[in-house]
Order: sequence, then structure tokens, then C-alpha cells
Amino acid sequence: MSPTATRRKAAEPNAGADQRIEVLKTYKLYIGGAFPRSESGRTYEIHAAGRSGKFLANAAMGSRKDARDAVVAARGAFGKWASATAYNRGQVLYRVAELMEGRRAQFSAEVAAAEGLTPARADKVVSQSIDRWVWYAGWSDKLAQVLGGVNPVAGPYFNISGPEPTGVVAALAPQRSSLLGLVSVLAPIIVSGNTTVVLTSEHRPLPAVTLAEVLATSDVPAGVINLITGRTAEVAPWLASHQDVNAIDLAGAADADGLSWADLERAAAENLKRVLRPAGNDADAVEPDWSRTPDLTRMKAYLETKTVWHPKGR
Amino acid sequence: MAKFEYAPAPESRAVVNIRPSYGLFIGGEFVESTGDSTFKTISPSSEEVLAEITEAGEADIDLAVRAARRAFDGPWGRLSGAERGKYLFRIARILQERAREFAVLETLDNGKPIKESRDVDIPLAAAHFFYHAGWADKLEHAGLSGGSGQPPRPIGVVGQVIPWNFPLLMLSWKIAPALAAGNTVVLKPSKTTPLTALLFAEVCQQADLPAGVVNIITGTGRTGAHLIRHPGVDKIAFTGSTEVGKDIARSIAGTRKRATLELGGKAANIVFDDAAIDQAVEGIVNGIFFNQGHVCCAGSRLLVQENVADDVIMRLKRRLQTLRLGDPMDKNTDVGAINSAAQLARIREMTSVGEAEGATRWSAPCALPERGFWFAPTIFTGVSQAHRIAQEEIFGPVLSVLTFRTPQEAVAKANNTPYGLSAGIWTEKGSRILWMADQLRAGVVWANTFNRFDPTSPFGGYKESGYGREGGRHGLEGYVTTGATR
Repeated sequence: MSPTATRRKAAEPNAGADQRIEVLKTYKLYIGGAFPRSESGRTYEIHAAGRSGKFLANAAMGSRKDARDAVVAARGAFGKWASATAYNRGQVLYRVAELMEGRRAQFSAEVAAAEGLTPARADKVVSQSIDRWVWYAGWSDKLAQVLGGVNPVAGPYFNISGPEPTGVVAALAPQRSSLLGLVSVLAPIIVSGNTTVVLTSEHRPLPAVTLAEVLATSDVPAGVINLITGRTAEVAPWLASHQDVNAIDLAGAADADGLSWADLERAAAENLKRVLRPAGNDADAVEPDWSRTPDLTRMKAYLETKTVWHPKGR
Repeated sequence: MAKFEYAPAPESRAVVNIRPSYGLFIGGEFVESTGDSTFKTISPSSEEVLAEITEAGEADIDLAVRAARRAFDGPWGRLSGAERGKYLFRIARILQERAREFAVLETLDNGKPIKESRDVDIPLAAAHFFYHAGWADKLEHAGLSGGSGQPPRPIGVVGQVIPWNFPLLMLSWKIAPALAAGNTVVLKPSKTTPLTALLFAEVCQQADLPAGVVNIITGTGRTGAHLIRHPGVDKIAFTGSTEVGKDIARSIAGTRKRATLELGGKAANIVFDDAAIDQAVEGIVNGIFFNQGHVCCAGSRLLVQENVADDVIMRLKRRLQTLRLGDPMDKNTDVGAINSAAQLARIREMTSVGEAEGATRWSAPCALPERGFWFAPTIFTGVSQAHRIAQEEIFGPVLSVLTFRTPQEAVAKANNTPYGLSAGIWTEKGSRILWMADQLRAGVVWANTFNRFDPTSPFGGYKESGYGREGGRHGLEGYVTTGATR
């Protein structure tokens, strides 16, 4: 049974003597395949969306140090993940979908509480999140053919271009869509071989932590995905200015408290990070409708094109 | 080995007609600046003043951007892709017709050997226009929509800033894809090499290109900075230093302006012990001494396997003694002039640093002309990874030599810079080439060749060498929008 549902039951005044006190979950960070608390020792309260505003849990309030540890873990995992076969990466992503399916009830309850959705609506969001993994899983071994190709150069040379992952990608997960938005940002980063440090939705982080538990028991290698809960505006600048981060996804700048995506992009210029700006016009940042079928945009944002030449001769 | 003696074989400069002074090319015609600031462009091989050039000010840039906007909203925007393409084909043909004139002018203004401007720069520039002309009416087939279902559309007015090392070629890399995709441009050539861009303006007139589609504004770095910051510019395309590239990235932060940046490099040219050594030596020479080393993708670090290092360096020195340095207009010249006094000072500073840090310097024994800016081909041995000459771009005919023992060590050393533009591999073992090519974090990998360019072949860097590609289907991507994300 879902944690929120059981907690409600436990609070009923007329529970009998056989009443059982539920074991609550401690929501922690996910770094390098482990679940540490924030090194800062800080937590913050997470409340349900909507009028009830009920206390749900204390989440770890990630710090600069946590973010930096996560970058180290992501860098360490990059070489092996990037050189895994595309077939292998596709299966790993598909396996995440399989495991999410098995914990559907828990995700539904958490998404309903986080986003203030009806159970039916939350269930649909979970379905879409699972299907999003499946959609991206299938791309792993197609990107090179769709985005690469042989170049007919004017000379006796074999000349070929193909996509490669850019490296470590920092991502600001969407603030509103706690699971579907998260998966929609996460999957296109890792499918091509990048590794990532994700700042989860600040006020709706619990589905992300549960996703981390799925990831930890899936085949995603430790360090490929690292999840930090906490204050977006506090931690994001450290990732934007981090010299060992190659790209940054600013999707979660929309509706983030006290955060300027212009400042983050400016900091990212210091080592010429690839920046995926938030949707919107001019200085606005709006959270897009994540239920729409994606295109290649988010995958391409974290790909480099490598061109290789070799002479032909007898 | 003695150098063969050749009689002088100077190319005639009668084919070019340089005006004493030039205005700005805005809205299809040459106009006077609203200000009165000018500078002189000189021939770096003789320090002869070639012409007086206008330094465009903010008001001029504003006029140029408005002219480009009018053309985008007007005649150019209404034109079909097929008709747009025909203008590009015309430009390609006129460049071919006037190729010798462009080559001579390029060599005079830039200092590069006439055989390079004649055989590389100008033919490739024409090829870029010819290649992109064919894309103009085929953009929906370029796979750029990304599944959004929207046909690719032009972005608008593009501000383009190019360097002095391949003036007309870089102009073609910028203008051809921008126009093919339906954009209009304001282009600023480098302060030291504006003449071929100004001659290109005449080509646009001969091709009867609608007014305002191409605008050429000359000036200094300040002019370029104004152009990049102009609010009427929708997209920036820049080739130049990483430092300026970062400044551009900062300047557009928080806006919806886009940029493609083709920046510096510190490429490793990696020679294994099983390589065809004489071919590798030719590749090393081509990698770093082509165009006086004024090449962002130059193979400025030689990584040579330890057991053949002495042999490779001996043969390399022998080969460098046969290079002819001198009058760029002479058809036998291999190494021309350094582009400017400022660049020569930079090269001298970096080579002094190399010596001070303990590397061993060797320069080819050759007589340097008395006038002009010259630097003898130079190699440093005993270079360690921490040396500045192994980390920083020198942009001159200076090679830093390091050694390695294993392929893994070669990869680690090759990737150990903030740059990632290009790399070279020399080995006869095919599987090793492919493994190395996978490991090298660089946008262009040349195996058993170096410094090859083609309009169909995407070019551009990883990491701090910039982002975006130029050439091929990939190069178009920087000049279109598909509506999926702006």
C-alpha cells in the first residue's frame, strides 16, 4: 500500500489494539549508486500539493558539496557508460520501465500527493512516464544512423560523421511535473551515453527519490544518474559553474524560487557548456506540456558530432 | 639534404585592382560610414599599405542590421528555395571565374603562400557555395525537423564574425549555409584581412543578389562586439579565439539569441611506431606548418611513440630544412608571412615561454626577409604536459613534441587540454585507428592524413573548442528553426 494512504489510515482515531504503526521512508540523495543523507545534515519539509498541504516527509537538502560529489560520480561513470553498446544502453533504459511498472502504485500515490492529482490522473502520468522510458530506450541504437552518415568529400577519402555523448550533463528537473517531467529530461540525457546530475523538483522531490530506488535496483550503472533534492536556486549555480560539467539543462528554471536562468547560462559560458534553455519567449521560462510526444531536440542538445577521415588507396 | 635552388616564380598582382579606400557594403551598395574612423590594411610580407578601411561604428552596424532585416522580411524571405539556390550557384560560379584575382588578393592581404590561396582557400570557398546552393530547395529533406513535423525555417538576421587565417574561406563557411537556409547576414571580416570580403561584396553585386541579403561591415574587435550585441541580430556565428567565444556566450545568456562558435584548438597529432614514417612526417608538416600554423585545428602537439621518436624528429628536422620561407607571391613558397605584428609578438612570447620552461627549441635555418613579419618553422622537444606550449594555442609555426608508450597514454595526453577540435592518428593498424578515433574527444579526427576540409564534411569542436558544426547536413542545423524549441 502507498505510504500516503497508509499514513492517513494510521492516523485514524479509533484504531484498535492491533493497530500497526507504519514504517516511514527516509528520503535521501542518490549519488554514485548509494543513498547518502546530505553532507550538510540539512533537511526540509515536503508537503502535499493542494489545499490540504499535508506534511509528507523530510527531504535531504542537498548542498554544494553533495553536487560536487555527484559530478565526481557522474564523471567516473561516463567512460564506461558512453562506450557501452547502444543495444546494451537500450536494454538498460527499457529495464527501468519494467521496474517502474512493478512499483506503479507507489509512484501513483506519490505523484498524486506531490502534484495534487486525482488517483486516475496520477496513474495516467505514471503510465506516460513508463512509456517515455520505452520511447527513449528504442532510440539508443538508432541515433547514429539518423544523425550521422557518410560524407561524399571531393577526394579519395573515407569520411564519416556520427554522434557522441558530450559528457557530464547537469539538469534542473521540472518543478511542476515531478515524475513525467523528470523522466522526460533524464532519459534523453543518458540514452546516448551521457551521465548526469539532476536537481529534482524543489517542492515535489519524493517521486524522484523513489525513481532513484528503482534505478538502484535496475541495470543503470552506479554514477550514471545522480539525484539531488534541495533548493534549486542554491545548488544550481554550483553546477552551472562547475568546470567538469559539459552541459546543462535549464528546464527546471521555470517556476524555480529565486532563480535566474540568465545567470546560470552566463556561468555556464565559463567552460562553454552546452546549454538547453528553458522553453518560453525572451527572458520567460515556462514549463512545457510533458505529455506531448518528444522529438529529437533534447537528445541532440547533448550530442557532439565527430567526423573521421581516412585516405583510400590500393 | 641541400635545398634545390629555384628561380623566383612570382605570381602577377596585375590581376587585382585594389582601391585606395573602401566604404561599407550595406543594402547592396558601398556606402560611407556615418563616422570617420578608418584604419589601414597592410601586406604582412612587405608592410606595404594596401588600402584604407572603414571602421564601422554602432550607427553603421544598426544600418546594416536594418538592411538585413528588410531583405529578410522582403524580397529574400519571399523567394522560393529553388530561386534562392540559383543565387548561390551564381556566386559559386563567379568565385570560380575570378579565382585567380581572389587568390592574389588573399595572399597580398593575408601573407599566406599563393599556392595555398590558389589551391585551397579559393577553390574550397567556391565549393562551399556550390554545395549549399543545392540545399536551398531541399531543406525539408535534411532531417532537421526532429520529428516535429514542422519544415525548417530560417532564423532571421545572422551576425557573423570571422578571423584572418582563412578570410574568404571562413566567409564562405558562414554565408553559404546562412543564405541557403534563407537567412540574411551582416558579416564582419577581421581587421587585418578585409579585402577579399570587400571583393566578395562586388561578387554579390555581379550576381544581382537582392540588396541587404549580404552586408559586409569592416572594423576592429569593437565593431564585432557591437554587431554581436545588436538586439536585431537573431543568431551569431563566430570563428575565433576561445576567449572571445566565451564572451559571446555570456553576452547572449538569458536571451533567445543563438550562437555557433568555432574556437581554438591544441590538436594532438599522434604517430605510432608502425606508421609509414615518411608519410607521417609529411602529415606533421602539413598539420602545423600549413598556413604558417594559423589554423585552429593545427596539429600543434606531436605525440610520437617513444621508440621511434628520435627517428621521427630527425626526419622532421631534415624535412623542415627544405621548406621555402619567403615571398608569399612566389609559387614555390611553402611558408609565408605571419599575419600581423601582434601575432608575431604572440608567437615570440610563447616560444620564449617554452624555452624558459625548459623545453628544447630548434628552428629551421632559413633567412628571414628584412621587411614584414616572419617566423621560422620551429619545434620544441622535451615538452611536458604542464608546459604552456603544450596547453595554450600559439597559432603559429611552432610544434610541441611529446612522447608516449601505449595507446592509452596517447589518448590520455591527447585529451588533456580544455580544447577538443581535432586530432591526428598515424598507424598502419586499422583496428587501432578506429579504437583511437572513438577515444579522442575531438570533433574532427584525421587518420593517416591531416588538415583536410570539404563542404560536405561537418567541422567543429568538443569542449572549449566551441559548439555547432560547419559543413554538411549538420552545418545547416545552426541556421534553421523547426518550431519545436526556439
